[in-house]
Amino acid sequence: MAVDRPVAKPKESEQISQFQEALRRLNRNRMALVGLGIISLFVLCAALAPWIAPHDPTTTSLRHTLEGPSLQNPLGRDELGRDNLSRILYGARISLSIGLISVAIGTLVGIPIGAISGYYGGKTDLLVQRLIDIMLAFPGILLAIVIVSTLGVGLPNVMIAVGIVSIPIYVRLVRGSVLSIKEQEYVSAARALGSSDRRIIFRHILPNCLGPIIVQSTLQIATAILWAAGLGFLGLGAQPPTPEWGTMLSRGRVYLRVAPHVTTFPGLAIVLSVLGFNLLGDGLRDALDPRLKR
Amino acid sequence: MSSDNVLLEVKNLKKYFPVRKGILRRVVAQVKAVDDVDMHIKEREILGLVGESGCGKTTIGRTILRLIEPTEGKVIFRSKRLARSGEQYREVDVTTAPPKLLKTLRRDMQIIFQDPYSSLNPRMTVGSIVGEPLLVHGVARGSEREDRVRQLLHAVGLKQDHMKRYPHEFSGGQRQRIGIARALALDPQLIVADEPISALDVSIQAQVLNLLEDLQEEFGLTYLFIAHNLSVVKHISDRVAVMYLGRIVELAKTEDIFDNPKHPYTEALMSAVPVPDPDYNVERIILEGDVPSPVNPPSGCYFHPRCRYAKEVCKTETPDYRTVGGEHFATCHFADSLNLRPVRMG
Repeated sequence: MAVDRPVAKPKESEQISQFQEALRRLNRNRMALVGLGIISLFVLCAALAPWIAPHDPTTTSLRHTLEGPSLQNPLGRDELGRDNLSRILYGARISLSIGLISVAIGTLVGIPIGAISGYYGGKTDLLVQRLIDIMLAFPGILLAIVIVSTLGVGLPNVMIAVGIVSIPIYVRLVRGSVLSIKEQEYVSAARALGSSDRRIIFRHILPNCLGPIIVQSTLQIATAILWAAGLGFLGLGAQPPTPEWGTMLSRGRVYLRVAPHVTTFPGLAIVLSVLGFNLLGDGLRDALDPRLKR
Repeated sequence: MSSDNVLLEVKNLKKYFPVRKGILRRVVAQVKAVDDVDMHIKEREILGLVGESGCGKTTIGRTILRLIEPTEGKVIFRSKRLARSGEQYREVDVTTAPPKLLKTLRRDMQIIFQDPYSSLNPRMTVGSIVGEPLLVHGVARGSEREDRVRQLLHAVGLKQDHMKRYPHEFSGGQRQRIGIARALALDPQLIVADEPISALDVSIQAQVLNLLEDLQEEFGLTYLFIAHNLSVVKHISDRVAVMYLGRIVELAKTEDIFDNPKHPYTEALMSAVPVPDPDYNVERIILEGDVPSPVNPPSGCYFHPRCRYAKEVCKTETPDYRTVGGEHFATCHFADSLNLRPVRMG
């Protein structure tokens, strides 16, 4: 490990908090900025959709079905003659909130369970892990279908279902990190000086698990968007005429040969947003680790 | 045993780690990491604890602090902080202390770790690492805490402006100083120093060792100094305990143990010390074989398969840990009759 004497650093850096320091480092990572740019773009689209969308996303026009891109409809029209661009802009609202909310559910439930399971070990760990085994035994999408069928069809339930399905992933991920980090001597040191278990978990262990959690969350946002699309295709998710990227993709699939633009653009939207989250996630992981400071 | 200035007393301390096998995780054997250890540490004393790797030194240190739960035995600590009015101290058994009492006891007993890299949380600044004990025990808050951290950093030879930096910005020796400052924060009576200098560069070792000595004087500390470097132990310790396979084989004042060892293992261990004199022809005692497994230690005296003085009785009867004159203890049937070589050190 490189050990530099910390003498030659500028004075001003002393005033900078850890958060500002992380932002500063993120700022130097070009790919992360690209990711952040893409995500900001989608967030803006989602927020401003009613004002920037050229047409109403649900107005059909049966005379213009499957029309290709034109000046009036830059991304063409779908199988019912609705404006593709407007639907994608409105779709950003739905897809982003599915991604964020389901990941929030997954992390808020999964991280504490994983941390407790890994930290306390023994019977607690055994019990939690067998339950997780049961959940993981079902393919994710199947489990999501079961949950949505039980709760009832609709977008909020899709978010809950996708969130629940991602819980075991976080439990396993966090448990694994906790198992290795709790053996570090700074954890022993914290115990030796009388820190409570809660303090040790939240102050010493979890901050050191952040890297994998952040990366997993960005990937999980992407997965959630795809799962929600799958559920939409099966008629369990967003109900027509709601403009949801995944549903648009599966509807347009039928016309792939005659009108490729109907599927291409929602597909690109999914790819771009996933890419954006992944780039930002990688950048965040580096920025949050003070050891990688350059 | 004179009891007036004893700070910590370890009685019949045992730590067995279970070995589990199979689907049912049945316990098939026990690793006897610490096997019936008795010792005491006096106030303001440095007790050196030496032995090969794997002999249980670290386990003893951590069991005393209850970072590891002991299997059996007592660790009696005489706390001044917990003394009621009219008392000089209060005797507390660390091994059975309930959580609240244990937390208070932790203010009196601290630890310095071997590895200065893994012993500091990489995501906390030096200021929050050193200040954490103060926060956890509610000793000092806000600017008062910052002042205290500054004092502590000064005491261990670091600069005030190091507070805002992260551990990775420091060298091994500086990191060890941070660890020492953290251990000192609560003004403890006892510090378990678990090989505090063996992970450092040789050039830094002496600095940190001197720092530990200075701090002992300044704050009136008591150390359990765990090490495997005999020269270091001789230099710093008032008394030395030698461990072999989870047991203390010899314990005596430093001069006594080096000039007049009473256990063959001590003799062999001491003969391995390098002497900085090219003309000195040492006859090293090379021990045959490996250290036996603590899962299945030899019968009788644990050391007999490797002992060059072993007789029949050593195979069958376990020797007692007994005094061989004053405060010199040894675990050998022939401690009184053997004429072992003293150690020569540069």
